[in-house]
This record gives sequence, structure tokens and C-alpha cells, in this order.
Amino acid sequence: MTRARESEPTVVSKVETRTDLRWSRKDLLGLRELSADEINFVLDTADAFKQVGTREIKKVPALRGKTLVNFFVEPSTRTKTSFELAAFRLSADVINISVTTSSLTKGETLKDTAKNLQALHADILVLRHSSAGAPQFLAERLQSSVINAGDGAHEHPTQGLLDLYTIREKKGRMDGLHVVIVGDILFSRVARSNVFALIKFGARVTLVGPSTLVPRDFERLGVTISHDIDQVLPTADVVNLLRIQHERQRKEYFPGLGEYVRLFGLTKERAKLLRPDCLIMHPGPVNRGVEIDSEVADGNQSVILDQVTNGLAVRMAVLYLCGGIAT
Amino acid sequence: MKTMLIRNGRIVDPANDRDEVADLLIIDGKIASLSEFRKFNSGVEEIDATDLIVAPGLIDIHVHLREPGFGWKETIESGARAAAAGGFTTVVCMPNTEPVADNPATITWIKNRAAEIACVNILPTGTISKNLRREELAPIGSLMQTGAVAITDDGHCVQNHELMRRAVEYARMVGIPVLDHCQDYDLVGNGVVNEGYWSTLLGLPGWPAAGEEAMVMRNVLLAELCDHPIHCQHISSAGSVRLIREARARGVKITGEVCPHHIALTDDAIQNFETNFKMNPPLRSKGDVDAIIQGIADGTLTILASDHAPHAQFEKEVEFDAAPFGIVGLETELGLFLDLLMHKKRAITINRLVEMYTVEPAKLLKIEAGTLSPGGRGDVTIIDANLDWTVNTREFESLSRNTPFGGWKLRGRAVRTIVNGETVWELSQTKRPSKVVATA
Repeated sequence: MTRARESEPTVVSKVETRTDLRWSRKDLLGLRELSADEINFVLDTADAFKQVGTREIKKVPALRGKTLVNFFVEPSTRTKTSFELAAFRLSADVINISVTTSSLTKGETLKDTAKNLQALHADILVLRHSSAGAPQFLAERLQSSVINAGDGAHEHPTQGLLDLYTIREKKGRMDGLHVVIVGDILFSRVARSNVFALIKFGARVTLVGPSTLVPRDFERLGVTISHDIDQVLPTADVVNLLRIQHERQRKEYFPGLGEYVRLFGLTKERAKLLRPDCLIMHPGPVNRGVEIDSEVADGNQSVILDQVTNGLAVRMAVLYLCGGIAT
Repeated sequence: MKTMLIRNGRIVDPANDRDEVADLLIIDGKIASLSEFRKFNSGVEEIDATDLIVAPGLIDIHVHLREPGFGWKETIESGARAAAAGGFTTVVCMPNTEPVADNPATITWIKNRAAEIACVNILPTGTISKNLRREELAPIGSLMQTGAVAITDDGHCVQNHELMRRAVEYARMVGIPVLDHCQDYDLVGNGVVNEGYWSTLLGLPGWPAAGEEAMVMRNVLLAELCDHPIHCQHISSAGSVRLIREARARGVKITGEVCPHHIALTDDAIQNFETNFKMNPPLRSKGDVDAIIQGIADGTLTILASDHAPHAQFEKEVEFDAAPFGIVGLETELGLFLDLLMHKKRAITINRLVEMYTVEPAKLLKIEAGTLSPGGRGDVTIIDANLDWTVNTREFESLSRNTPFGGWKLRGRAVRTIVNGETVWELSQTKRPSKVVATA
């Protein structure tokens, strides 16, 4: 269900009405620093781009002649692919640099590598990095646009935006919704970007997971914390399940996947506690049988694949908006 | 015979319980009694110290001079000049150099290099463990005999309590104190900033206060068990202050040190991932700052120091996780402490502040310094406690500029540093308020 609007904006009309632009950032570093208006503006822009994806010719010339560098200093498949495809659809030229091919392994500093990319006239740098703050570090030092594609446990703003887009698209609003985020909150940049943004729109957020992985300091943002998923699920409008990243865990954080499933997994049984119209979301990749049962992930409440589709539209919007600011 | 007469200053000499306006005489590099002055009537260097404080030369018990091994960050020469510019006549340098100061040859090298090139007194420390690996004891007796005034694995922390216990027992035999950087590696993990609201919001790995407190508690127990002083370096948390206060009340030989950044700043300063706010232990909360100031006021924390930790810009200008910990401090610490402790918080008097920089470290290290007693070393710091100035990193003597205090407006600083009866540094007259200077 798409929110009704007076006039459906097209990409072309957006390009032509840039004088009243409500976007002035060359970089997208996180959702904490964005206003609700700015976020809405990105989502509205994504609406227009989503239509492009349904056309026979899926390409617009918005970033023709611009160069985008996908700079991934941490492994990623889906985010990198999504950005790459978004850039192609905007007619940008794209190069990919991943950590294995990067000179960072040869001892060059991040700053030097980025300055080199700028010297090659890269207009937009999409950065995935294991250190929180790395995108801000580059944004302060480069004229190019810097788009955060995930920095440590800090933010993953385009994931947050696509989650919001999906909620808005399916629910028609965010105000007053009860959004439950389940899993490894402590190490999750997805959780942070979601929390920062959802709060701005008046959503009620509950974080659920083992006490070792749900930092109590989030309560100071007005978020509720629970360790009893069965109590929380019946009132949820949205359940967002985070990947339990065992590869990133130290074993002292939780006893094991079996216990995790028993206490927090969205099993078929638990899914019965959900309202019929509750959305089930997951940023992927899904560990079937861990944070979510396979059948639930594929069930009719699941919007996991919508998130992927919407991610493309949101990333096109972000590249388009930021790429238009940088000179 | 070389004679220096410092006229009309307010002499603050806590070791002798002196606080009076008087002249101070230095003959041949030693403090002399004024009664000896009449023997001389020519060749006297006179210094007007009207409205200024004349204090024993200040001691900084915690600095990294980076030599040997890291001369691009700092050298013994530049570090000594930075010390002089900050008002320090004696600095105690940490052993985490390359090679590590875990052997007599390196201690001797540092001493010789200092004698050759340094404008202030440099006192080396040796390590607790060989190569700072926290596995076996360094040759502590040999280190002491070559001139190490203390042992410390600063920057690291011996995790094995049994090894630490034996180190403290051994140091007791040798007669030098143990200085400890208190950090439990299991609790701290890869933490880079105070664990709390800001680490949570920014997704930066947290360094919980309990990681310091666990080792402070360990040190309390071992100081008590071995009946020998352990000095806890750079105390950052309220819990550590409480542990030290309780232990000292029982007579345990435990001391705590405060660095200016831990009372001047809180962890909200890290919001922009600026690496000049990254230090170890990290900046903490307002509650911790208040507790440390209270600990200074009530005598729980007895020593002030900088943890001067120079790093080159290219080393600091990296991702927050990847940046080295630490900031330079020698040229800002006295100004920060005067401004914060004396002027703003009124936590201590100038007398206590001088005592914490002189008598207290000298007592811990059992060194002949920190007094203006006749016969003692002619090391003097002249302080203008009310001079308003602005920190300008471009004027630093240190080779490095990694400080979060650039541009800060402070009240109070050293204006002249005298070592062995010689002025080794003086604030240029253009930086001082104009006043009528009496001429002889």
C-alpha cells in the first residue's frame, strides 16, 4: 500500500526544480544528524526512483559523467551490489575497490588512499569500513561525496533508510508504530541507524536480545529494552530481526546459537503471537533457523525481498542527492 | 662563582612550609642562604619576581620522551625543551622506547643522551617485565643501579597478579617504587573510549571504568601484601578514587596520579571521532571528573602529571580505532591545573598544587628535588598564576602537536624555568602584560 500523494513527482521534474532543494549535504554519514524532513525528502526521492525500476528502460542520466568508487574496506556482497546497481541505473561510471585489492594492506593510510581516488576525480566515494567514524574522517578531508555504506558498529544509513522506506510504504506512516528490533544490538550499525531515525518519526522502539548484546544506554534515547520476546511480539507492528553474527562475536557474549534460538529466535510457534498485519523484516543475509525460521522468512508477513528492492531505490536517491551537491 | 638573585617573589616552598615574599639566592647551581649574599657584589644576575610565585622546580613523573626509537615523535632534546616551556625542571620518562628500557644499557644511553643534550633533569624508569611482555621480570636491581628511579610497564599492564606481586617484592628490596598503568585486558578488550552513552551511540568499542578499577584494587592488595608503594598512574574513574581513598585510610602505600585531560574533558568530546581526544585511559563522565577533583581536594590523589604522549600528525590522522592513544601535555598541564583546580574549581591552593608537583613525586621516588632548602639543587619554576594566555600549538617546543587544547584560554602558567641556577626557558616579554619593571 503506497501512501497517497497529490502529485507523483518524476525524476525529471526533480532535476528541474533543484532551486527549492531541501537537501544540502554532500555526504551521507548517518541518520542521527538528519532531520525528519531530510529523511522524508530522501524517501520521497526514492519513491520516484522506485518507479524507474519498473520501466522497460531502467536507466536515467542523472549521474552521467560522474565517477563513483565503491570502496569496501570490509567484506560485503549485497550492499556493494546494491550501490553498484544504483550507480549504473543513474548512468554513473563505477569502480570497485575491496580490501583484498586495496593498497591499505600495503600500509597506505586511509587518508592517502582516498586522496589518491580524489586525484583521479572520483565524484562519489561509497565507503564500507570496520572502524566507526571512518566515513566522517574522509568526508572532512575530501571534496568528493562520501556515502557511508556501514562503519563499524556505528551507522548504516542507507539500510536504515530502506527499512524506513519499507515501513512507510507498507504501513503508510511511522508515527505511533511499535517497532521491535531483535538480536545483536551492541555490534549492529543497522540497529543504530534504525533507532536514530525511527525515534525522529515518533515510532515506539523496543530492543530485544540477550542482556550482553543490548546496551542499556539506549534507554536514554527513549527506547524500551526487553529480554522477553514473547511478551513483546503481540503488540509489534514491525519486527526487524538482525543477523546474529557469530563470526564477530566473542564467545563470552552468549552461550551459543541453540540457546539463542530458544530464547530469541522467531520460530514458527512464536510467529503465531504476531498480529496478522505485523511486518517481518531482516537486513540479510538471513541465517535460516537461527534468528528466524525458514518458513517465517518466506511467509506472507515477510517483506525481506521488498527491502532489497527498496534498497536500490533508496541508494539511487542518496547517490543522486549527494552527488548533486558535491562539486 | 655564578650567582642568581630572584627578587621580591612570593616563595612557595611546601617542603619547608614557606609562603612569604622574599628573595631567593642561587650560588653555583645550588640554593643558598640569603646571608651568603653579602660576599658578592658584582656579577650577580638579578631577576625581578614581583607578583610572581617562586616555586621549587616542578617534577612531571609521567612523560614519554620517545627516545631511543621514535625520534619522529619526540626526542630527549625536544621533550626536555617542552618540559622547560611548561615549567618543569625534572621529568620522569617512561621505558616503552625501542629498544625497551628493560636493560642497563638502554637506561645508560638515556642518561648519557640527557646529560649531553637535555636542558632539564631527565630521570629514566625501567620496565617491570622483560620487553614489556608481562611474562618475566626485568633485571630490576641492575636497572636501579644504572639510574632507574622506578619500574613501570606503562602503556601496558602486568595481568599476572603473581608476577606483579614478585615485582613489587623485588622493587622493595631494591628500594624503588612501582608505577602501574591500571588496565585489565579482559575487561577492556579492544575498547577505545569510555564505555557508556557515547560509546553506545557512536558504536565505538567501550573501555569500562571497571577495567581500571579492577587493577587499582589489585594494586591496593599487593601494596598491602608487600608493604611497598605502588603508584597508580593516570587515574580516570570515580571508583578508582574511592578504592585509593579507602586503602590510604588504612595506611596502604598506594598513590594516585591525575592528568589534566581527565578533569578538563568528558567523553562527549569524542562525538566527531577526533583522535586528539583518544587517550588511555579514556575520557570519562562528569561524575568521574567530579570525583577526581574531590580526590585531589581531600588529598586522596597526590600527584599531578601529564602523561605527555607525543605522536606525529600522520599517526594520529587515521581512523579512530587505528589511532594511537595519547596527547602531548608538558606545555599545557600547569596552565590547565592552575586554571581548573585553583581558579575555577577552587579545589586546592597554589601551595598544595606546587606540593603535588614537587614534594609528593620526590617523596615517592626518594629523589633530592622539589625543595628550596639551602644546599639543594638550584631548580626553580617562576609562575605567574594570574596570567591569561591562549594555547598556541604552533609555539610548542615539542616535536608533536597532538593536543585537544589548542586555542584554550587559560589563567596561569610558568614564565621562567631555572635548572641548576641557569635560566633554560623564559616566556618572551611580549607575551606578558606590560608593567613597570624596576631596574637596578
